[in-house]
Amino acid sequence: MNGNHGKIRLILRHFSGSRRYFAAAVLASLLTTALNALTPQIFRFSIDEVLGNGNYGYLAGHLWMMALAIVAVAACSGLSMFASRTCAARAGEDFAKNLRDALFSHVQRLPMSWHDGNQTGDIIQRCTSDVEVIRSFVATQLLEVFRTVFLVGISFAMMVSMNRRLACVVLFFVPAVALYSAVFYRLIAKRFTVADEAEGELSTVVQENATGVRVVRAFGREAFEMERFREKNERFASLWIRLGSLSGLYWGVGDLITGFQVITVIVLGAMEAVHGTMTAGEFVAFASYNTVLVWPVRGLGRILSDMSKAGVSFDRVNYILAGKEERYEQDRGVCPQNTDISFSHVSFGYVPGKEVLKDVSFEIPQGKIFGILGGTGSGKSTVAQLLTRLYELEEGCGSISVGGVDIREIPLEWLRRQVGMVLQEPFLYSRTIRENIAASAPEASFEEIRQAAGTACIDEAIMSFPDGYDTLVGERGVTLSGGQRQRVAIARMLLARPPIMVFDDSLSAVDSQTDYLIRQALKGRMKDATVILISHRITTLMGADQIMVLNHGQVEEMGSHEELIRGNGIYRQIYDIQRGEA
Amino acid sequence: MAAYEEQEYQKPFSLRIWGRMLPFFKPYRRFFAVTMGLNVFLAAVDVVVPLFQSYAIDHFITVERLDGIWAFAAFYGAVIALQALCVYISVHAATSIEMYVGRDLKWAQFEHLQKLSFSYYNTTPVGYIHARVMSDTLKIAGMIAWGLVDMFWAFVYVVSVFVIMFLLDPGLAAIIMLIVPCIAVLTVYFQNRILRWNRKVRRINAEITSGYNEGITGVKTSKTMGIEQDNDRTFFDRTSRMHQASCRAARLNAIYIPTILFFSSVASAVVLYRGGGMVKSEIMRLGTLSVFISYAVVIFEPIQQLARLLSDLISCQANIERVMDLLDQKPQVEDSAQVMERYGDAFTAKRENWERIKGDIVFEDVSFMYPDGREYVLEHFNLHVSAGMNVAIVGETGAGKSTLVNLLGRFFEPTSGRILIDGVDYRERSQLWLHSQMGYVLQNPHLFSGTVRENIRYGRLSATDEEVEEAARQVSADKMAEKLEKGYDSDVGESGGRLSVGEKQLISFARAILANPAVFVLDEATSSVDTQTEQLIKQATQRLLKGHTSFVIAHRLSTIRQADLILVVKDGRIIERGSHGELMAQKGSYYELYTRQFEEAAAREVFSGEAAV
Repeated sequence: MNGNHGKIRLILRHFSGSRRYFAAAVLASLLTTALNALTPQIFRFSIDEVLGNGNYGYLAGHLWMMALAIVAVAACSGLSMFASRTCAARAGEDFAKNLRDALFSHVQRLPMSWHDGNQTGDIIQRCTSDVEVIRSFVATQLLEVFRTVFLVGISFAMMVSMNRRLACVVLFFVPAVALYSAVFYRLIAKRFTVADEAEGELSTVVQENATGVRVVRAFGREAFEMERFREKNERFASLWIRLGSLSGLYWGVGDLITGFQVITVIVLGAMEAVHGTMTAGEFVAFASYNTVLVWPVRGLGRILSDMSKAGVSFDRVNYILAGKEERYEQDRGVCPQNTDISFSHVSFGYVPGKEVLKDVSFEIPQGKIFGILGGTGSGKSTVAQLLTRLYELEEGCGSISVGGVDIREIPLEWLRRQVGMVLQEPFLYSRTIRENIAASAPEASFEEIRQAAGTACIDEAIMSFPDGYDTLVGERGVTLSGGQRQRVAIARMLLARPPIMVFDDSLSAVDSQTDYLIRQALKGRMKDATVILISHRITTLMGADQIMVLNHGQVEEMGSHEELIRGNGIYRQIYDIQRGEA
Repeated sequence: MAAYEEQEYQKPFSLRIWGRMLPFFKPYRRFFAVTMGLNVFLAAVDVVVPLFQSYAIDHFITVERLDGIWAFAAFYGAVIALQALCVYISVHAATSIEMYVGRDLKWAQFEHLQKLSFSYYNTTPVGYIHARVMSDTLKIAGMIAWGLVDMFWAFVYVVSVFVIMFLLDPGLAAIIMLIVPCIAVLTVYFQNRILRWNRKVRRINAEITSGYNEGITGVKTSKTMGIEQDNDRTFFDRTSRMHQASCRAARLNAIYIPTILFFSSVASAVVLYRGGGMVKSEIMRLGTLSVFISYAVVIFEPIQQLARLLSDLISCQANIERVMDLLDQKPQVEDSAQVMERYGDAFTAKRENWERIKGDIVFEDVSFMYPDGREYVLEHFNLHVSAGMNVAIVGETGAGKSTLVNLLGRFFEPTSGRILIDGVDYRERSQLWLHSQMGYVLQNPHLFSGTVRENIRYGRLSATDEEVEEAARQVSADKMAEKLEKGYDSDVGESGGRLSVGEKQLISFARAILANPAVFVLDEATSSVDTQTEQLIKQATQRLLKGHTSFVIAHRLSTIRQADLILVVKDGRIIERGSHGELMAQKGSYYELYTRQFEEAAAREVFSGEAAV
C-alpha cells in the first residue's frame, strides 16, 4: 500500500499546476448543484405559499417575481455550470499535457537498456490510452463523485428539513441503488474483459488476413480464412448479445428499484400530507428532490466500479515514469581539452553473464583514423555504443576516457555532441530531408546543408526529387533506399562538425564506387577529427592509421594495414579473398 | 500505426446511401418491430408517470382522504414492473440487431476482401481496411440499433407530451412549443461545431501517437545526436495544439448545455407565471399546473436528444459510404465463368478436374503496367523456363524484383501478352488451381496466430501430425521447434511475433514443402539472422529447390551462383540476363552487386571459421 502512494506521487506531481482549476471546477459544480436545488423550492413556494393557502397569498398578484426568480436562478446556475465545465476541462487537459510531455521527455532520456527490455507498442499504449483514462477520470469522474456526494447531501438535507420520516425511506434506497450499480458493474467486468478479448481476436484475424494476404492467396486458403473469421465473428456477436441481455436486465431491475423508490415516496408522501404532517407544496418538492437523486446515484455506482480501471492505468503510466533516466550531469562534470580516446580493459555484456566484449584495450590519438574489422556479433558496434554511453560500463569492468577524462565524468550531452555517429540502419524522422539533415544543427544555413549533402554524395539524388530538399521522408513521404538513408545520415552527422566521428558500418548499403567517392570527399573534412571506421570491407579500412580486428569480443590483431597484411591472420585472409575475387 | 488520414465526407443526407443498408437490415425486421413497439409503450409510460403524482395531489391530498390509495399504489407498481420488463426486452432486441447487423456486414466485407486483387492491397493501407471492417461497422450497427430506436422513443415521447399539454391547456402548450425550434437550431449549430473540433482533436491525437512512435523507435539516433531537447520542443508543440483544441471543444459543450437548460427554465417560468394566474382565477386546477410544470422541465431532454441523434445519423452516413466503397471495389483478376464451372471458385474447388503442373513456364511477349502506375515496367518480355530450371532475380531494394513473381502467381495479369504454364495460358485455369500448386516463401515470412503445428499445416490442411513433423524435419525446422517451450504446440503469438525472423523463415519453409508444390517462389530474407540459423536456412533452401522449377528473389551468393538463369532488375526493368559466368564477364550492374555482397560474405565466413566461398 505504501508503495502505491509513492507511485501516485510521481503522477500527481504533474497535476499540481491544474489544482486551482480543479478546485474551481469542484466549487462551481457544487454551486450549480445548490442552485439547481433551489428551483424546486421556488415552485413549491409558489404552489404552497402563493397560490395555495399559505402566508404569502399577497404575492399572487406578483407571480412575475416568482418567474423572474426562476429565470435568475437558471441564469446563475448556467453561468456556474459553464465555469465548472470549462475549469474541469482545463484541469484535465493541463494535466494530460503535462503528463504527455513528461512521458515523452522521460522516454527519450531513459537508457537504451530500458528500451531494449520494453516493446514499442506497449510503451505507446501506456502513453496514449492510459493517459486518456487518467485524464477522463480526473476531468469527469472525480468531479462527478464530488458532485453526487454533495447532491445527495443537499437533497437529503432539504428532505430532512421537510419530513424526517420520509427522508429515512429515501436514505434506505440511495445506498441500495449505488450498491446495486457498483456490484453489477463489478460482476460484469469479467464478461466485459472476455468480450473485449473476443473483439481483439476478431480484429487480429482481420489484421492478419490483410497483412498476410499474399500467404492466403499463395496457398489458396480463402475458404479456410472465411471459416476462421466466421467462427470468431459468431463468438464475438454472441458474447456481446449475452452482455447486452445482462445490461438489459440491469436497466430493467434498476428501473424497477428506482420506480419503487418513487412510488414509496408518493404513496407515503400522500399519506403524510393527508395526515397533515406535510403540505402539498412540500410533497411536490420532496418528489422532485427524490427524482433528481435517482440518476446520479446510479451513475455513482458505475464510477465506483470504474475506479479500479483508472487505478490500473495509474500503475501502467507510473511504470514508465519510475524508470531511471540516464545520468546527464548537466552542470558539473569536466569537458576534456582534446579528443584522444582510450579504452582500457573494457569488458561488457548486454545481458549479465553473456560478455560481448572481453578485456578490450586500445588508444586513438586525436586526429587519427582507427578501423575496426569484425564479423556479426563480434562486438564491433558495442565499442561505439559504449563510447557515447548509450550503454554504461559497470564498475570494475575497465574504463573509457576521452582527452584523459573518464567518460562518466563528462556531461552526457556534451559528450554525445562531440561524437558524431552514423548507424548502420540510421533512423530518419518523418519530416523533410532538409529537416532531417538539419536535425543535428538546427541553426545551419541551407548552403551548409547542401554542402554536407554534397560531401555525402546525396545532394544530386535529393535534387532529383520533385520537391528537392523539401521532400517528406517516411510513412507519408518517399521511401529512400538503404544506401540513400545512410548517406542522408552521414550528411546529418557532418553538418554538426563533431571532432570525433564514428562510422558504424554506415556505408554497407552503398555501392563501392559511391563508397570511394564519399571517402575521398570526407578526407578533407576528417583532417582534424578523430575517426572510428567500423566495417567488413577492407577497402574501407585500409586507409586507417590503425586497424583492430575483433573476433568474438576479443582483440585478435591490431596494426596498420601494411603490418596486418604482412601477417597471416584473419585480416590477411579476408584481404586475400576480397582482393582475389573483386 | 493509424496515421493514414481518413477522408472526411461532408454530404447532405442521402436516402440512396442508407437504402444500401436495407439488405443487411431486412432479416432482423422482426426484432426491429418488437423494439419499436415496446418503445411506443415505454414513451407512453414515461409520459404518464408524472400524472400519477398529480393524481395523488388531486385525489388524496387536496381532498384529504386516502380512499383507494393502495389500489393506486398497486396499479402504479404494475405499470413500473411492466416498464421494467419492456426495458429488458427492448435492450435485448436492440443489442441483437446491433450484433447481427454488425456480424453480417463484417462477413460481407471479409468475404469480399478474399476476392479483391493485390492491386487493392498494394494501394490501401492495412489500417484502412481494418477500420472499415471493425470500427466503421461497429458504428453503423450501433447507429441502426440504438440511434433509430432512441430517436423513435424521443419522437413518440415529445409528440405525446405535446398532445397531453394541448389537451390540458392549448395556450400554455403553445408557449412551450415556441421554444422547441430554438432548441433544435441551437443543438444542430453546436453539434456541428463540436463535431468539427472533435475531428481536429482526433487528428492531433494521431500525430501525438506517431510522435511517441518516432520518439521511441528513433531513440538511439536522437541520443547519438543529443537532440532530445529539440525533439521535446516538436512534441510539446503537438500537445499544446491538442490542449487548445480539446479545451475549445469542451468550451463549446460548456456553452451549449447550460444554454439549453436556461431555455427550458425560461419555459417553466413562463408556465408558472401564466398558469399561476389561471389557477388564481380558477380556470385551472393546482394539480394540472404542477403536471404542466413537470412536463415543461422534462420535455427538453428528449428534444435535445432528437436533434443530437439527427446529427449523429448524418455523420454516420460517412461510415456507410466508406464500407460501401470497400464492397464496391471490383477484383482486378477474376476467373471467367467457364473456368469457374470447370475448376471451381475460390471457396469450393473441383479438384477432380485439376491438371498437375509440370513446371514449364513461358512469358510470351508480356507487357505490364501496375494498375496505379503510369508506365510499363515490362515491355515485350519473353522468357522460357523449362521444368526444373532455377531462376534467380537480383537487384537493389525497391528495384521491382517482385513484379515477375506477382505476374507468375497471377496476383496481377499481364497488360498484354500471355503467360503459359505447361503450354496453356494460365487464364484458362482457375486462380486456386495455380495457387494450390505453387509454393511461396516470403522475405518477411507471415505467420498467423496459433501454434507452430497449425502454421505448418496451413500448407496442406489435411496433413497428419506425422506429415507436419516430417516437413519440418526436411527443412531442419524440427530442432528449432523442439527447443520451444511446448514444441510444435507452442503459440507463435500475433503474426508470429514471439519468434525471431529466422525461426519464422524456417516454419514458412516447412509450410511450403508440406504443400508439395510444382513450382517454388522464394523471396530470400535480407534481415540478418545468426550464423547457425543462416546455415540451416541455406541447407533448407537447397533441399527446397531441388527438382522443382523455381524463382528466387535472391540475396545470397550461394543461390545466385548456382542459378541456371539470373535476371538483374533495376528501376523496375530487367537490364541484364544470363548465367553467373556470363554476367560477371559483362562487368555491369551484376558484377557491381556481386562484388559488394561478396566482401561482406567473405568477412563473415572467415570470422565464422568456414572455408571461403
